[in-house]
Amino acid sequence: MLRLEGITKIFGGLTALENVSFSIKKGEITGIIGPNGAGKTTLFNIISGIYGITFGDIFLDGEKISRFSPEKLALRGLVRTFQNIELFSQMTVLENVMVGLHTKSKSGIFSCAFKLPCHLKEERLIREKALSLLEFNGIADVADMIAANLPFGKGRLLEIARAMALDPSIILMDEPAAGLNNRETAKLAEIILQLKKSGVTVVLVEHDMELVMEICDSLVVLDLGRMLATGTPLEIQENQAVITAYLGQE
Amino acid sequence: MMNVLVFVGINTILAVALNLLLGYAGQISLGHAAFFGLGAYISGVLTVTYGLNSWISMFIAATATGILAFILGFPILKLKGHYLAMATLGFGIIVYIVFNETVALTGGPSGLSGIPNLGIASLTFDSDIKNYYLVWLFALISIFLSLNLADSRIGRALRAIHDSEVAARGMGVNVRLLKVQIFALSALLSAVAGSLYAHTMTFISPASFGFNFSVELVTMVIIGGLGSIYGSFLGAALLTLLPEILRAFQDYDIIVYGLLLILMTMFMPGGLVRGVPGILLSLRPARKQGREY
Amino acid sequence: MNLSQQVIQYILSGLTTGSIYSLIGLGFAIIFNSTGIINFAQGEFVMLGGMLTFFFITVVKLPLLVAILFAILISTLVGVTFERLAIRPLRKATPLNLVIITIGASILIRGLAMMIWGKDTHSLPMFSGNDPIFVSGATILPQHLWILGITLLVIIINKLYFYHSISGKAMRACSYNRSAASLVGIDVKRMVFFSFAISSAMGSVAGIIAAPLTMTSYDVGIMLGLKGFCAAIIGGMSSGMGTVLGGILLGVLESLGAGLISSGYKDAIAFIILLLILFIRPQGIFRKAETERV
Repeated sequence: MLRLEGITKIFGGLTALENVSFSIKKGEITGIIGPNGAGKTTLFNIISGIYGITFGDIFLDGEKISRFSPEKLALRGLVRTFQNIELFSQMTVLENVMVGLHTKSKSGIFSCAFKLPCHLKEERLIREKALSLLEFNGIADVADMIAANLPFGKGRLLEIARAMALDPSIILMDEPAAGLNNRETAKLAEIILQLKKSGVTVVLVEHDMELVMEICDSLVVLDLGRMLATGTPLEIQENQAVITAYLGQE
Repeated sequence: MMNVLVFVGINTILAVALNLLLGYAGQISLGHAAFFGLGAYISGVLTVTYGLNSWISMFIAATATGILAFILGFPILKLKGHYLAMATLGFGIIVYIVFNETVALTGGPSGLSGIPNLGIASLTFDSDIKNYYLVWLFALISIFLSLNLADSRIGRALRAIHDSEVAARGMGVNVRLLKVQIFALSALLSAVAGSLYAHTMTFISPASFGFNFSVELVTMVIIGGLGSIYGSFLGAALLTLLPEILRAFQDYDIIVYGLLLILMTMFMPGGLVRGVPGILLSLRPARKQGREY
Repeated sequence: MNLSQQVIQYILSGLTTGSIYSLIGLGFAIIFNSTGIINFAQGEFVMLGGMLTFFFITVVKLPLLVAILFAILISTLVGVTFERLAIRPLRKATPLNLVIITIGASILIRGLAMMIWGKDTHSLPMFSGNDPIFVSGATILPQHLWILGITLLVIIINKLYFYHSISGKAMRACSYNRSAASLVGIDVKRMVFFSFAISSAMGSVAGIIAAPLTMTSYDVGIMLGLKGFCAAIIGGMSSGMGTVLGGILLGVLESLGAGLISSGYKDAIAFIILLLILFIRPQGIFRKAETERV
């Protein structure tokens, strides 16, 4: 599904990632873990096209996507969420999801400005679809609220609902459980497992080990920009190098 | 007074046009007077020098300005923040100087006169009252179209760009193209306003299209309220009527104007549309909360 | 004069106008770096410098040097008063609103100047005579030397201040990271206040040294301010050499363009250069050197 080959990223003189290679299987939930500063978020920024790559290549379903822009990747079905949730803060919750449906609609400036019938029909469909996504994520009750006023946990769920609006084949989630309470984390786990069931590949960077061990099918461990290990949660838990990296960090 | 209301109409079109760019997409332009001027001069020169029909001239002026802005938009809108402000400002000043220097074509600083009025069949828009209806017809159409646009997938995508460009791109919004398109649309509307201005005043000179007017337009949009089409109307109305009212202060009007600008921005940062109706403001959150719980 | 002599002449006069742009641009950059605000009122301090000196010489009949000192002092006072009354109370305002406030202030200051001194254009006496000096075929006025010398002096003082004094270093810290600066105990508010004081003083100096050559009136601040802004942008908004080089480049190219192509398009040439630079290098041409040095 997603394959990374020798990804290296250098900022100025600083090597943030060095020769990272791994593959992610279709329909699996893969966790990327590692101590702080391991380069997990940098890796996400590279995969999602926000940063350029210094060396190496990325393939999505066999297609080379190394130099794709975020918008092009979105059209290919690769979407992401952000560590510090990037909502459209001045727009309502419903509108946020409707922006997610942008690529699923195609009225141009002209038909929008004149409210042509085809535009109105499309608008109605978008609204219904967005509402059903909000319901799926359990936040339909706040549909008309301005996103900036949302409690943090609901903001996370909104970000996921918005990403789902693109009907993605693969979702990258950057620390989705950070800042969530137990109940919200449980809801999150449920949503992620639902996504998997519907055939979506999920990649997450996460610090909540309990969640990671519970839902992930396989793990990639990064440390100081290098790949330390890959394997199933069980294998990783017993991997000596991983244990040293984490304990050494403490 | 009718004369002033014609100006309010023209400035409303301009403020609404600029608001699409500044208030919705969050991209500043300190050179919008240039598009206004291009509309006026293309229309003026085509009718006066080449004897073209006024409506056809208006159409050409709007299209040509829109296309120019579209082409210019690609390099200019790559810039952000104060770099964008400076580039648009520079463009505005260059155009202004060209109006002044190409004397053979534009009449230079002394202006271009004898521009014919617009007309339909035997009706010629040659009095203030007729122009008032004409200009306001255009202004209402601009408001109507902009409101529709704001409340559509395009409007949402623009606001999304404003809030978080990186997230908007992640949603598959072609940020670059959309910015350029809205820049071109905004320039096109401004050129229509310019053409209307030329045909209602029948005389134009570069002084109306300088840096100061670009700044005044930005001020109208901000004082009115960013991202509010009705706010743009309020801002345009206030800033057009204010100098008329301040005439009582004679030479001191500019001082009062500057002072009002500072005070209004300090005490009404959201603009007239959010600042003035204090009652509305206190009602709105209450209603919102009612719906939520 | 043959062509090469003409070119030398244009370069010389470009250097002097460029110096003026540099000083104004530095004012922009210093305020921008400490507050993130583009101060559109910057040009008005240039106007104030020239007009106040004129006022003190002709009306109050003070000697030139004293008049200059008073002019700088009052311009600085206007600058800090503006910061106190309109900028400091609005720490949470959006950048756009702050821009509008500085535009309002510039209109206000210009209006007051017009009310007090009228709309006439005035000239200041040259600092030391009008006898031209001949340099390899080109002529240069003593005032040109004054401009170059004083600009150089201001730049050196500026450099010493920013790199060798506690408050200068604190200001640099603010420009890199305001919240971190306040965490280590730097009084950020005070630094903003200082930046307005320094910028308005620098602006007025630029206005004073330029006025004997270019004349002065209540509205000279607009175009000079914009050119200074250009200089700062070309220099990547650095409060050091980047902006100085930006100003000088702008001055020289503008002077050459005006002389060799057309004087009517002088201002247009400056802005065409600016646009070209922004299109090719959106971060300013001297940005790289700056960041490496830091």
